[in-house]
Amino acid sequence: MSKPTIIVVGNGMVGYKFCEKLLARSTQFQIIVFGEEPRHAYDRVHLSEYFNGKTADDLSLSTLSWYADNGIALHLDDPIQEINRSQKTIHSLKGVTLKYDYLVLATGSSAFVPDIPGIEKEGVFVYRTIEDLELIKACAANAKCGAVMGGGLLGLEAAKALIDLGIAETHVIEFAPRLMPRQIDSAGSNMLQLKLSQLGLHIHLNKSTAAIVGEKKIESLRFNDDSQLPVDMLVISAGIRPRDELAKLAGLHVGTRGGIIVNEKMQTSDESIYAIGECALYDGMIYGLVAPGYEMADIVAAHLTEADKSFYGYDMSTKLKLIGVDVASFGDAFITEPDCRTILFEDTHKGIYKRINITNDGKNLLGGILIGDADAYNMLLQTVNNKIVLPPDPEDLILGSRGGAVSEGAGVMSLPDDALICSCEAVTKSAICSAVSEGGVTGIDGMKKCTKAGTGCGGCVPMVKDLIAGTMKANGQYVKNVICEHFDYSRQELFDLVKINGLKNYDLVLDHYGKGDGCEVCKPVVASIMSSLWNDVIVKQEVIQDSNDRFLANIQKGGTYSVVPRIPGGEITPDKLIVIGQVAKKYGLYTKITGGQRIDMFGAHLSDLPLIWEELIDAGFESGHAYGKALRTVKSCVGSTWCRFGLHDSVTFAIEIEDRYKGIRAPHKLKGGVSGCVRECAEAQSKDFGIIATEKGWNLYVCGNGGSKPQHAQLLATDIDSATCIKYLDRFLMFYIKTADQLTRTATWLNKLDGGMSYLKNVIVNDSLGLAGQLEEEMQALVNTYHCEWKEVIESPGMRKRFAHFINAPEEKDPHAQFEPMREQVRAKEW
Amino acid sequence: METTIATQWIMACYVDDVPENGGSCVKHGEEQIAIFNFTRRGEWYATQNLCPHKQQMAISRGMIGSAGESCEPKVACPFHKKAFSLLTGECLGEEELVIKTYPVKVADGKVFVGIA
Repeated sequence: MSKPTIIVVGNGMVGYKFCEKLLARSTQFQIIVFGEEPRHAYDRVHLSEYFNGKTADDLSLSTLSWYADNGIALHLDDPIQEINRSQKTIHSLKGVTLKYDYLVLATGSSAFVPDIPGIEKEGVFVYRTIEDLELIKACAANAKCGAVMGGGLLGLEAAKALIDLGIAETHVIEFAPRLMPRQIDSAGSNMLQLKLSQLGLHIHLNKSTAAIVGEKKIESLRFNDDSQLPVDMLVISAGIRPRDELAKLAGLHVGTRGGIIVNEKMQTSDESIYAIGECALYDGMIYGLVAPGYEMADIVAAHLTEADKSFYGYDMSTKLKLIGVDVASFGDAFITEPDCRTILFEDTHKGIYKRINITNDGKNLLGGILIGDADAYNMLLQTVNNKIVLPPDPEDLILGSRGGAVSEGAGVMSLPDDALICSCEAVTKSAICSAVSEGGVTGIDGMKKCTKAGTGCGGCVPMVKDLIAGTMKANGQYVKNVICEHFDYSRQELFDLVKINGLKNYDLVLDHYGKGDGCEVCKPVVASIMSSLWNDVIVKQEVIQDSNDRFLANIQKGGTYSVVPRIPGGEITPDKLIVIGQVAKKYGLYTKITGGQRIDMFGAHLSDLPLIWEELIDAGFESGHAYGKALRTVKSCVGSTWCRFGLHDSVTFAIEIEDRYKGIRAPHKLKGGVSGCVRECAEAQSKDFGIIATEKGWNLYVCGNGGSKPQHAQLLATDIDSATCIKYLDRFLMFYIKTADQLTRTATWLNKLDGGMSYLKNVIVNDSLGLAGQLEEEMQALVNTYHCEWKEVIESPGMRKRFAHFINAPEEKDPHAQFEPMREQVRAKEW
Repeated sequence: METTIATQWIMACYVDDVPENGGSCVKHGEEQIAIFNFTRRGEWYATQNLCPHKQQMAISRGMIGSAGESCEPKVACPFHKKAFSLLTGECLGEEELVIKTYPVKVADGKVFVGIA
């Protein structure tokens, strides 16, 4: 018997999810999917990330082969034109006619485009698909001023996209008297408007657009009050319209304002045709979020496989970040007194507005709105959905506990087992906890694989993480970051053991505290620990160093290395600059200025490294440790010696600090900065330690980070003199070196530190652990034993011998290391 | 009838050319061979020097060690830490990569590699 055929019309998020849900329940169907767009299903919720460098592939919900692997026939770029209900066939634009047993309409919605004169002009766009985004992106390249029509959720998303595209002046035009009228109340709108205006967005309310003016291309907008706004481009985001035209043509019942009418099983007026997602109208309502769409998909999958599941409306609670401002609305956000009691909190200084609605007896939470700070959203939503009895002071829910005893039972572990944690994928608390207890899941990645929780909108991820940690703790599983399979210790524990026992050789450490023969994870960790403790020449134990530390240079594409001499504080004499130029020329190296104010030379063959360094050291250079988990640079602005604003000599101080800490091995690389005034030209607050001149001395900031998760450094001490600054830095760096996990930057270390910055401040400034003297001594010992590693190598024939590609032909270079010309220099050949 | 291909042993290098518990690269015609002196286990291994992941001549510069309860000897490429068994040449991660391995014997302070 042949399998019943299901044709899915639409390959958006919901159409895709339907295939996934159906396959999970049964493989007894032949699934055929038609999509109008040329791409297979992608994540429309995170569409604006396309402008932040995410590619269409990144946004894809699955690979193309996923469809084939699951026996799904996928027809892309081929919209269905007609449904013949009596014959049970569909007909596509490209001329495909197929018979169906069941039809699932997941046609989604389109942008509503109001009928305004001039709407067809060039430079007017909608914001819906990747193709739309590409058109917007192309136009934005030459646009200085852009406008978005519509101040709702999608309109503000579109405005964010314009800002991200570098449009200097972005306007939002809203017909209503306030922003996001569907999700938040008037006071919340005001706060949002205030916050967005501060961020540079121009907001026009109560504005109705009368015409789009321009020759061929948009030049300005004319409003009903006859005012005009000159713009180079316009993005329309005035609402969505369900795509019901195909259904209408087939004679299915549709709503007066659009939408295919469905019952609680998502069946349309023809029982073999279902509609799901934004094209479906249930109980007079269109559900324009992804989570209810996924739920509908599951209901159809359930119904087709004779499981019992029905749709009874859906919680439309939502949390998002609009242009950096948190906005959330949950439960019954709009209910007012006397049907409830409301608690309001407003802080116009910080731009925070919070409202919660509670029952008149004060026992339950009904709903609320959060603007500016939505950290409490997940917990509040759970409190509503699970009818958790409120504490005696429910204001604590939005204000936090202020003094006195910490409120009990506020944690995620107190939620009932059936609490829905991930609403996109319908994962309950008990499912998450049992994935930990029985499935052995220990992290968010594993959880995503095991339960799919957190793979939809991602909003529940913090809560899922808390549940994983909470469950592990409840099970008595101590979450210890052991180094690897060979050492059952954390880095800090091993650091202390190596120190107490005075171990100076990797094999000894492995014999005493490990098992097996080690690996590429524990070897560099032990090497780093021994270096932080004994500061011996690292290449004496070359085979336990990471490749970069083994050859004291950074391995690059093709197997050649790059060379970075130290240029403390970024200060260099003309003579030394000339030497770098001569060396680079002689050895055919590509030169580039680094982000840390020094010069990197790329393309050095292994056997040339000692020769290059011989010349550099002769000219007075030292190793820059660009290859090591060690201090890289202390970046400086020019400071008071030249700058008319400079308060102190930032260059001299940067050089002093760089020279003090150079060569010291740490759990990860270290970067510093010194700025001569508050203008902060050295960007010191993005460094592991940053120093900024004040009228009275220096402000010291610590634990900043650039990279993929930028984090500002936090203030450790104010108006301190240079000696105190170095004293605090000694303590801070040594404390970090001794206690951090391997490969953990100071920012991450601080984020994991119990007690955070106030604890760290107590240890470093107030000496709460009584360790200050010891930390200073340990640091001084490292400073006193500094050596230039490259000098040691070039002076030792035994160590020099290792810098050869072929041990049996040391004079020959690796023929596989190849270069291509580019802009008068060379680059590594693409791999 | 079975045919046996006689292994040809080439003198690759001297014992002290290869660091203890580390590797070196030997040139044999156009071929590059990585040789490992696994002192901790008293064993020698040889593999191709090319890492098949990104076609880089770097395996000899990788760190060696062991994996799992069985203490499978392995080497990790310095580029992206793809680890390969020194016994079978198979990638120990998820990838379906494999590197060639060679037999090694040591005599009179010299290291010989068997070329098929």
